[in-house]
Amino acid sequence: MTTEELEQIAESVRLANSKHDHEINVCMGTGCLSQHSDKLKDALTSAVDAQGKKVLVRRTGCMGLCAAGPLVLVDPEEILYQHVHAADAEKIASSLDREPVAELQCNLREHFDEQVHIVLENSGHIDPEKIDDYIAHDGYNALLKALTEMTPKDVIQQITDSGLRGRGGGGYPTGLKWSTVAKAAGEMKFVICNGDEGDPGAFMDRSVLESDPQRVIEGMVIGGYAVGASKGFIYVRAEYPLAVSRLTTALREARRHGLLGNNICNTPFNFDVEIRLGAGAFVCGEETALIASIEGKRGTPKPRPPYPASSGLFGKPTLINNVETFANIAPIIRKGGKWFASIGSERSKGTKVFALTGKITNSGLVEVPMGISLRQIVEGIGGGVPDGHTFKAVQTGGPSGGCIPAELLDIGVSYDALVKIGSIMGSGGMIVMDDTSCMVNVARFFIEFCMTESCGKCIPCRAGTAQMFTLLTRICTGTGTMDDLALLEDLCSTVKEASLCGLGQTAPNPILSTLKYFHNEYIEHIVNKRCPAGVCNMESIQSEIPSEVTA
Amino acid sequence: MPVIAPPPLPSEDKRWKIVNGTMRKNGFARHALIETLHTVQSSFGYLDDESIRFVARSLHVPLSQAYGVVTFYHYFSLKPPGKHTLTICTGTACYIKGTDKLLASAEKHLGIPQGQTTKDGLISLTTARCVGACGRAPVALADGELQGQITGDELIAQLERWSKE
Repeated sequence: MTTEELEQIAESVRLANSKHDHEINVCMGTGCLSQHSDKLKDALTSAVDAQGKKVLVRRTGCMGLCAAGPLVLVDPEEILYQHVHAADAEKIASSLDREPVAELQCNLREHFDEQVHIVLENSGHIDPEKIDDYIAHDGYNALLKALTEMTPKDVIQQITDSGLRGRGGGGYPTGLKWSTVAKAAGEMKFVICNGDEGDPGAFMDRSVLESDPQRVIEGMVIGGYAVGASKGFIYVRAEYPLAVSRLTTALREARRHGLLGNNICNTPFNFDVEIRLGAGAFVCGEETALIASIEGKRGTPKPRPPYPASSGLFGKPTLINNVETFANIAPIIRKGGKWFASIGSERSKGTKVFALTGKITNSGLVEVPMGISLRQIVEGIGGGVPDGHTFKAVQTGGPSGGCIPAELLDIGVSYDALVKIGSIMGSGGMIVMDDTSCMVNVARFFIEFCMTESCGKCIPCRAGTAQMFTLLTRICTGTGTMDDLALLEDLCSTVKEASLCGLGQTAPNPILSTLKYFHNEYIEHIVNKRCPAGVCNMESIQSEIPSEVTA
Repeated sequence: MPVIAPPPLPSEDKRWKIVNGTMRKNGFARHALIETLHTVQSSFGYLDDESIRFVARSLHVPLSQAYGVVTFYHYFSLKPPGKHTLTICTGTACYIKGTDKLLASAEKHLGIPQGQTTKDGLISLTTARCVGACGRAPVALADGELQGQITGDELIAQLERWSKE
């Protein structure tokens, strides 16, 4: 594959597309597919054929606004339709060249206008199972540029200049990680893409893998070139069958085009990628546990150092990055590190994809520049809390993160700002809660999750999470005491300080943040035996309390 | 080092050939254990004693280690699934939208706790830690097919449809 050949493919796709007067993009991500958008696509195809129109009906990945699915985007007019079903196909087909179908139109300007799409720029615009579509959108230009015009050092310099930090949650500088692996001694090195999106309430990686798998593969190959690796693994959850199948197709197509395998783009560089399926263990998102899992073992973490950069998969130096991190690589190489660094805030560059869910009007996938305020995300892009309820908290970082109250909504989203207020960026789950959510129960939900997901290797995490769960259960059922609360706080610091890996070290965060911002809810549960949100069931003890207390 | 020949296939069942294929593709390397177990589960529906022993012997992995891996990961099941499987997502977004009530009503209707199969072997009830369709919470999977924004009534209706088959 040469630059000319890439350009030829891109040109032929553009030529084929230009023969159509319109393009109808049908979202076929997991969310819309579950509402039969595949049948909708067939219906649209037969409708335009029957009317003899020159229209391209295309399967695409996620368009983001899952709550309004199935979504259909008509180009070049850029008309977005929501809640479209097969029965609407005729209507949409006849409306082409005329007035749009008003009752189906989605007019959420503010939802899309405030977003900046880098990772998701192709999502919803290309067919994820056609590599030519990706190539027509500048795909693999970055790889070719890296292999033919840049040394591995130049590549790492661009990544360092971009200020990109790991998107899996930790926020470690990507350029620094790459240069450490590049410097590590050893003939054999590996690249791993962490797609073990175990954080409940997050689906950014799933969506990227389903919508634009080639982008992730391109990032991995560039990574392999930069650090001197010839073999890569993508670790994907088995719970994501669509992502796995699209990724399998994408790998096959990339190999067929000579973009994976030996002598990539007629250079001496060899690189290939294999898929490894996760088997349902949250702890495998931790890098040393993930490596153990690829080696076919139980996914238990190891103490670091040694870091995977020096001794990782099969004891070899290993570069391990998250799906979203790899998806950022191609644009950085294409447009330069400085361009990327011009977006975002002081110490957090670029954009971040969030899965905005829970009690929010426009739930779905959003990509925003770093530094944007939580209020803009929740109230602007997200459209606020529905059904006349009031906002109570937004939870970021999943079981490792914290709950952020209304009074802190004006802070800008960045790695450091979120840590400062007791939460973390995490991989990008953002769950909105309203007045019907009990914060003590939320804390209990997360600690139950950590308890069942604890691998059991170290005692603070294995026993500590179980004890914290018992204490929170007592409080939620109205049998907790103030001593329990004191013990709970004490345990939080023990588990945080003494656990081996990130799972245990961050497990107390949901408790600590709710204790800090919603302390009164704990007191209500303990002293007044009352759940302000009406979630916790305290019937068993209500009868024992004098009526003046419960009133 | 003498090469120990892989053990013979446990039976004539063609599915063993698929399992063997996965191991051969990976050169019977020990690190193919999880990959192979995935193949067993997708071919047979679950992992039984015989299959774990066969895979462990073929890959020269101690049986204890193979069993350890099977029980460590939630995805692997040691029990045969029912004819139909209802999976209720218990991820955070689904929890916020009241999935605990859905689960409780399904448990009550079937008379079994989650993780079990009805006595007639018809329906298995399981939970999942987030299927990644949070935008459509609460979510359930009926025989793997995703159903979003599901209500308690819809869930019970689905269970009744299965019972009447």
